[in-house]
Amino acid sequence: MKRLTACALAGAMSVAGWAAQAGSDLVVGLQLEPPHLDPTSAAAGAIDQVLYANVFEGLTRFGPDGTVHPGLAESWEISGDGTVYTFRLRPGVTFHDGTALDAADVVFTLDRARDDMSQNAQKALFEGIETVEALDDLTVRVTLRGPDGNFLFNMAWGDAVIVAPESIGNIKQAPVGTGAFVFDDWVQGDRITLTRNPEYWGTPAWLDRATFRFISDPTAAFAAVMAEDVDAFPGFPAPENLPQFEADPRFQVLVGTTEGETILSMNNARPPLNDKMVRRAIAHAIDRRAVIEGAMFGLGTPIGTHFAPHHPDYVDLTHLSSYDPELSRQLLDEAGYGDGFTVALKLPPPSYARRGGEIIAAQLRSVGIETEITNLEWAQWLEEVFRGKDYGLTIVSHTEPFDIGIYARPDYYFQYDSAEFQTLHAALAEQTNPKKRARLLERMQTRIAEDYVNGYLFQLAIPTVANARLRGLWVNAPTQATDLTGVYWEE
Amino acid sequence: MMLRYAARRAVSLVLSLLVASLVIFLVLEIVPGDPAAYMLGVNAQPDTLAALRAELGLNQSATARYLDWAGGMLVGDFGISYTYRTPVAEMIADRLQVSLPLALFALALSTGIALPAGIWAARRRGSAVDVGVMGLTQLGVAIPNFWFAMLMVLVFAINLRWFGAGGFPGWEAGLWPGLKSLTLPAVALALPQASILARVMRSALLDTLSSDYIRTARAKGLTRAQALRRHALRNAMIPVLTIIGLQFSFLLAGAIIIENVFFLPGLGRLVFQAISARDLIVVESVVMLLVFAVIVVNFAVDLAYAWIDPRLRGRR
Repeated sequence: MKRLTACALAGAMSVAGWAAQAGSDLVVGLQLEPPHLDPTSAAAGAIDQVLYANVFEGLTRFGPDGTVHPGLAESWEISGDGTVYTFRLRPGVTFHDGTALDAADVVFTLDRARDDMSQNAQKALFEGIETVEALDDLTVRVTLRGPDGNFLFNMAWGDAVIVAPESIGNIKQAPVGTGAFVFDDWVQGDRITLTRNPEYWGTPAWLDRATFRFISDPTAAFAAVMAEDVDAFPGFPAPENLPQFEADPRFQVLVGTTEGETILSMNNARPPLNDKMVRRAIAHAIDRRAVIEGAMFGLGTPIGTHFAPHHPDYVDLTHLSSYDPELSRQLLDEAGYGDGFTVALKLPPPSYARRGGEIIAAQLRSVGIETEITNLEWAQWLEEVFRGKDYGLTIVSHTEPFDIGIYARPDYYFQYDSAEFQTLHAALAEQTNPKKRARLLERMQTRIAEDYVNGYLFQLAIPTVANARLRGLWVNAPTQATDLTGVYWEE
Repeated sequence: MMLRYAARRAVSLVLSLLVASLVIFLVLEIVPGDPAAYMLGVNAQPDTLAALRAELGLNQSATARYLDWAGGMLVGDFGISYTYRTPVAEMIADRLQVSLPLALFALALSTGIALPAGIWAARRRGSAVDVGVMGLTQLGVAIPNFWFAMLMVLVFAINLRWFGAGGFPGWEAGLWPGLKSLTLPAVALALPQASILARVMRSALLDTLSSDYIRTARAKGLTRAQALRRHALRNAMIPVLTIIGLQFSFLLAGAIIIENVFFLPGLGRLVFQAISARDLIVVESVVMLLVFAVIVVNFAVDLAYAWIDPRLRGRR
């Protein structure tokens, strides 16, 4: 009710002729609460979901479609050999504590991330950096150890946002950035409030105030949206209820894509999964459609390799692992496992894994493979599966954007060691020509698909339920962000 | 007499706390999972993990960490949360602002309904009132409280819009908005408790009403109501107090599910989040606090027994 009056008031005072209006509040529901508020020292996606683009900004930034745009750097020059990036910062940008953004802040941020004591969860993003120097107040020169076609992309990550030495001490509780929203308050366990930054260097936000509320229980999330306590819920956790919202004129349902390749990971070093024939048999035993329907209520795009289908360089390789139980049994026979075998399937908490795991276990059983299912919490999963590599199969969504490079790391938890892939990956890092990059990426995608490293299931979708009058929400999630800078209420 | 009794109980209280702290620490030590690895996720590099583990003090021996933690608690310092990086004592104090009023609210509702209902049913034993109260309490015990909570959300938040679906505005928003947001959760928590308590009250009162001293009291000329008030109720209160004490401890610690249904920032949710993040120091401290609460409540109940029943003061 309070919101409606605020809306009406703002509407009456608005001089803008079109539907959008500045002012009014928004309540956003999120399932997970950030552990703290420093995006540069934790892996928790929840931190970016609240702060990325709203409070913190990087040299570059992701657009709604995942492309990279200028952020705090308004322009840059790249040396001929691709190793020196000279960034020109936007003039007149201030942090929320009133201090000016200058080249020294960028040097501080990048040096802090690369430091020996760095707690940056994505330290690899900064590994290629040799030196960072401030040439003048608004010019920064970054010298790389070698050419890196991904550098501008890397700088757009939430883990690379620009922070200031003046406010770093308290960043985990009181984040100070340069964005269109200022951090206002955090009631732990309940909500985080942001308010509009009147001093913002770019187009100011429409909303006066944005409140993020943390509702982990799917039933509670449903009730909160239905009761209109929450105006928008990105990543709505109860997909089975979406038809009910679609049928209700008070709401809109947006279904977008994410960077989450959801895969049946296989331990490539553990018999019998070290046999490509066996891995291929598993891949052909899986009916992706049934998994998507059964575990995700139809949300998700089938994938045949470890790459996002919305990416321009994606190659559809699903035919290499089409659902064919007959072929699967035949392959098992040829590999010497005609009588089948038993394998451990360890499942982390998300529903794609727990529900998907049951369905995949049934599909594998029909070709003679028995699974021993163990449900794990994330902390256990990280210790046993990811670090301990003590597993046969697991299901997990790899949510980092553009992460096909993990296949070049033989010590990564699926332990895939291919000299050919590693060579391709090294070549990609040095290649900046878009056409040649596309060609390399195609070969990389095909390599891992033909080696049947993992069972490639589907690209994770993100459903958002929102009030029908809300405009400007991101449909897709190219990074785990809830960019509210362009969100407004329609009259 | 009363003092010596209290002192003896206080010593056993301290010993219980010491044993509890050891058990809690050891149990959580065994649980697999590394808080630093959880925080830094799948792309963390070994040197980053090492840096964070060093900062959190996780590279110390278990003995050193136990002594640090237990020693700190003696002076009211619960340490710093691994994930939130804020003092645990502050976090617990914040969450108690929700959990304690919620537990008291639910307890007030539960006793406020249960005691009169139980007494009424006992006095009219076998009547329609008795059958009605017994039937309703049977239902109250049988209904799972989270289901009842969801039902109330559906009716009062989604359809009637009398209450919000959950959340807590904070006491700074005022007493009434705070109480209002705790009403549905308190009712959901109180219902099964009230049902149990009413049944206990009724049977305890029936026991005493059929005892010899009540017959004697009636024989010397007291009315039924006088005998009930002066003799029967006082004696019936012992089992009822025991149950109330247990219920308060349960309400403080056992609201996890209800706090999740109503997304309240209480202690239960804190423990829930802390367990999945392996924020062991928070889990240990909250569990310790709950143990402390249970022990203190039991202590208070013991003292209340002695106050109600002078015969108990000399014993034990």
